[in-house]
Amino acid sequence: MNRVFVAGIGAVSPAGWNVAALRDALDRGEPLPAQELARPGWDKPLCARGVPNPPVRPDFLAHPRLRRTSPITHYAAAAALQAAASLPANAGAKNSRLGLIACSQSGCVQYSCRFYDETMKDPATASPLIFPETVYAAPASHVAVLLENVVLAYSLVGDPGAFLQGVALGAQWLAENRVDACLVIGAEETNWIIADAIRYLEPPQLPAAGAGALCLCRDQQLTSGVELAAITDAHTYSARRDRAQAALAMRRQLGGNAATELLVDGLGDCSRADAPECAAWKDWSGARISPKKVLGEAMMAAAALQCVAACDAVAHKRFAAANVSIVGSYEQAIGARFTQV
Amino acid sequence: MGNAQIEVTLMLFPLKNFHAALPRVAVTGAGVVTALGLGWKPNAEGFRAGRRGFRPVTQFDVSRQRVKNAAEVDLPVSLPATRLNHRQLARLDRAAKMLVLAAHDAWLQAGWQVSGDLPLVLGTTAGGMLLGEAYYRQAVREPANPRQQATRAVYYQPAAQARLVFDALGCSGPVTIISNACASGANAIGHAWDLIRSGQADRVMTGGYDALGELVFSGFDSLQALSPTACRPFDAQRDGLALGEGAAIVALETLSSAQRRGAEILGEIVGYGTSIDQHHLTQPHPQGSTTLAVMKQACASAGVMPDEIDYINAHGTGTVLNDSSEALAISEWAGPRAATLPVSSTKASIGHLLGGAGAVEAVVCLMALREQWLPPQMIFEKPDAACRFPIVRKPRDARVNTALSNSFGFGGVNAALIFRRWA
Repeated sequence: MNRVFVAGIGAVSPAGWNVAALRDALDRGEPLPAQELARPGWDKPLCARGVPNPPVRPDFLAHPRLRRTSPITHYAAAAALQAAASLPANAGAKNSRLGLIACSQSGCVQYSCRFYDETMKDPATASPLIFPETVYAAPASHVAVLLENVVLAYSLVGDPGAFLQGVALGAQWLAENRVDACLVIGAEETNWIIADAIRYLEPPQLPAAGAGALCLCRDQQLTSGVELAAITDAHTYSARRDRAQAALAMRRQLGGNAATELLVDGLGDCSRADAPECAAWKDWSGARISPKKVLGEAMMAAAALQCVAACDAVAHKRFAAANVSIVGSYEQAIGARFTQV
Repeated sequence: MGNAQIEVTLMLFPLKNFHAALPRVAVTGAGVVTALGLGWKPNAEGFRAGRRGFRPVTQFDVSRQRVKNAAEVDLPVSLPATRLNHRQLARLDRAAKMLVLAAHDAWLQAGWQVSGDLPLVLGTTAGGMLLGEAYYRQAVREPANPRQQATRAVYYQPAAQARLVFDALGCSGPVTIISNACASGANAIGHAWDLIRSGQADRVMTGGYDALGELVFSGFDSLQALSPTACRPFDAQRDGLALGEGAAIVALETLSSAQRRGAEILGEIVGYGTSIDQHHLTQPHPQGSTTLAVMKQACASAGVMPDEIDYINAHGTGTVLNDSSEALAISEWAGPRAATLPVSSTKASIGHLLGGAGAVEAVVCLMALREQWLPPQMIFEKPDAACRFPIVRKPRDARVNTALSNSFGFGGVNAALIFRRWA
């Protein structure tokens, strides 16, 4: 059997620029403060939970490749570097072949809006410096340069469940011996247009930004004490299977309901959107945390941060196992289970 | 078609057991939409003749752009009958229409049964960006007008468009969207090939798509990457790329499954290589080192040597930097074989389809293998100094048993696919 371990985790969230800040915020369980966003022609409140400025400017931001990058790249890079920090401890890993899978739902919205705004005003003066940063693949490209030994990189786009598909893909690359370790990152930035869209789709949920990263490996020596035990199928919604049915199918595959286990669910502040997931887990009697209630709706980053929180709880031996439940908004329900090594 | 949904019991992880012997992967369906036409036949005729599909852009205002032409697709007034209802049809933007058209053709040709666990792997750079642009325009110009905004917010997302493909076909299954910029389509097909070879799936629908949009057109124009004259890849006087739009979807399955069903086999995919060039966000390494590496990888996985490749469909965008880098890589990779190895870039005919490019060019390779011709570049004068290989300049029949297709993207992801004739 191909065992896959979690060598390291990384997080950037509205709580701060590391996993400890995320852990503290989730332990407190209080919704983090929101900031008001400026939107052209809109005088009603429009809020988001952004990532605070780091207390000290991270060293990696001095890299020339990151000069013009947008916040999503900064978040992805910070989370990835934290998660990969465990690798150099092993001499052999310094020359290891790294895989990189960067997942997002909205991607580089800040530069996309800025560039399109310039195009609408006058395409002849739209900035060529901004456009390359609007592509979904930009964050993965920049992170690969920082990590240097990336040999294989994919950027995946989808609803938040795509993060766990990315983890499964990383496991496949490891099993096929195409890489020695694989970083899987979920990252998002936010702005007024995301807040506007969430106002339509998931009111009163607040948008958020950030990134979470898992560093996967097959080497038990490198593990942080966490093993990837299972990822369910991607239960896709269709004309024949609605979100509630898909959520139940995911729940059935994930199983488990022990007092020693943690459930990290994807519930937020939108009761209509949350209803299928609530129903799927109504019999859960163990401990449970809902990071989105604290952090906000960070889409792919939210899914990644759920996994980071689950791995962190297992690594600190708070629980023997942690289950992650992701019931995406329009694509799929998918879950994962992490256990102590 | 049956209607029974297959109950899925295996999980994404732990991984299914790998095959002891790697299965061969056959292509049993192909749908293609480009400026040359809708479907295999008009495209094959167009590529074989080296026809060019460029014209003044009609989809948006280009009066203030430096370049004003692109290879636009003429979409039909109505789509062929599928399982999509009127409400769903109304949600299809230009990109999704091309995607559904290509998927529908591939599906019909493959003759597959409806199932609930068919993986769909798509490559795109923009998905439903046209809906995103419409959302932005309305949000800025009429902030209080909510009309259609919720629908746009959902259906600009490529995974929502993928779901419409499934609904059109009556299928469902896991969807993977790869967005490795202009390598996306090739990576999607390569990933689908990986899924079958590793035993994770027995069949996969895969391909890529992108529609022309104002943001992307303006982006390439602002970079001065668009040709103000004519796109002529590998020409010493080349001055940029030309944009196009389109989609291609292929139905992949194990060769044994295709043979068991008695399906028509369009060709085999036998090799795939991919890696990332870290030189620059938008520029390839001048020596094409990553291109060389992925071509070698693809050959190693196919078990073939450069001598056995009969045709290369190059990435060949027509930009100065891409083509010189790719030419150096092909020349070094091919060695003495380069002198007689036919190369062309079909972007000279249909433009650069971005996320759709690798998938459409895969179908062009299948056409060349199946019908035994080489697609020419009709506008070409003098080769770049780095080209040690001949560019196909005139329509001609040829013996083509194995073909290689290159695709590279912003961000540095390179991919190469190798196809073999089925005879």
